[in-house]
Amino acid sequence: MIAVVDYGRGNLFSLSHALSHIGVDHIVSDAPDDIHKAEAIVLPGVGAFGDAMDALEARQLVAPLRDAVARGVPLLGICLGMQILASASEEFGARGGLGVVPGSVRALPESSGENGMRIPNVGWRKLSVRREDLLTQGLSSGVMAYFVHSYGFFSEGDTIIATSHVNGLAVPAIVRRRQVVGCQFHPEKSGPVGLAILRNFFTEAGGVISISPVAYGVGAR
Amino acid sequence: MVATASRPIPVSDNAPPPVRIISRIDIKGPNVIKGIHLEGLKVVGKPAEMARQYYEQGADEIIYMDVVASLFRRNNILSVVEQAAGEIFVPMTVGGGIRSVDNIVAALRSGADKVAINTAAIQRPEFLSEAARAFGRQCIVLSVEAIRRGPESWEALTDNGREQTGVDVVQWIAEAETRGIGEVLITSVDMEGTEKGFDVELVKAVRSNVSVPVIACGGAGEGAHIRSLLKATNCDAVCCASLFHYNRVPIPALKKELAAGGWEVRL
Repeated sequence: MIAVVDYGRGNLFSLSHALSHIGVDHIVSDAPDDIHKAEAIVLPGVGAFGDAMDALEARQLVAPLRDAVARGVPLLGICLGMQILASASEEFGARGGLGVVPGSVRALPESSGENGMRIPNVGWRKLSVRREDLLTQGLSSGVMAYFVHSYGFFSEGDTIIATSHVNGLAVPAIVRRRQVVGCQFHPEKSGPVGLAILRNFFTEAGGVISISPVAYGVGAR
Repeated sequence: MVATASRPIPVSDNAPPPVRIISRIDIKGPNVIKGIHLEGLKVVGKPAEMARQYYEQGADEIIYMDVVASLFRRNNILSVVEQAAGEIFVPMTVGGGIRSVDNIVAALRSGADKVAINTAAIQRPEFLSEAARAFGRQCIVLSVEAIRRGPESWEALTDNGREQTGVDVVQWIAEAETRGIGEVLITSVDMEGTEKGFDVELVKAVRSNVSVPVIACGGAGEGAHIRSLLKATNCDAVCCASLFHYNRVPIPALKKELAAGGWEVRL
């Protein structure tokens, strides 16, 4: 069973549609029991770090999520769901995260000058793939994905798979620690590239029930 | 190269961000319509087919606008969005008749990622604060319909260009930004549907007075209009209707033209 964690932070409908489109059978749930039983987990999220941690705590989902990671259950964090994988955040005062990928969340640099990127960083940005990974298999470096964020998760160690540039800084776009991966962008909103990344995750997790008959050219746009 | 430290990796590449090309679909009942100056609406197609076509051609985002704000009538815009959500995997914004937090919930439930708000925000600016608090400001696009009233002055209209407000566009957007918006969609009513080019001064005035991304809309009839807009304003996104509806410049051709001109686009 594949679980999309619904903790009241973010729009799960787009994500659910995208998963169905690539043939991934899933449930959307906020029940700790479902997280305990899940064979793969998607952790979405939009908004503020502290608020998201509060929401997870209120639903008693923090321990089940950490346990799942400890058991080796594949987990995909998206956008804020990626950031809360971190050990800590500096957003609105220091705050601990799930701590399953080392590193911390910090504000993106403001733009300097006319050419700069405005914050929140909204739009399609290029991915620079920095190391080979199952998640980016079949994608050429330089493909674009859709981002909406004001903070970045600066993960530590050999965790950075791909980055994107924000005002002169390479900000992690895809991170991985063992079977835990995170995307700063929204794969469910990143066209054929995003669908390919989702499919790669579930192929690795063994969760693709059927492959959608709709063809999509990876890296075509 | 593998990054091993938590230190940010500085990069030399500081090119301007890619330009977003947005397809705008104005909807009335079951049809896509298009007018000039937001008037004289003509049926140009069916929403589902057109949206799918634009997605397949590489539109970076789709904006659906209900021109009669009939959010909860039969054949409403949300059923259009709901259908699109199963086959279109780029951001979708819905506007026209969004008046309450419940309306936003309904829009997001149907598959929209953002909502565009105009009339309800001008009538009650606190609505923007409430919406941003409930959904995050990235979800809230301030839609502004601007009509020129002087050399450097524009008035905001509401109800799809039907009502005057006496509100100054630049001042209004600055106030809205303090309440919490993620982006501004600025439509020039003077240029809208004319295919004669953008109101470049309007976009420039708006963009230099806010710090959130600005989407320029109204007037594109050829690629050169978009190139001169981008050159003059550095705006973050361009939103077109007629250009794509009448196949003046299809999306792939437009992106190729912009790429050749040195802009970064998603190909």
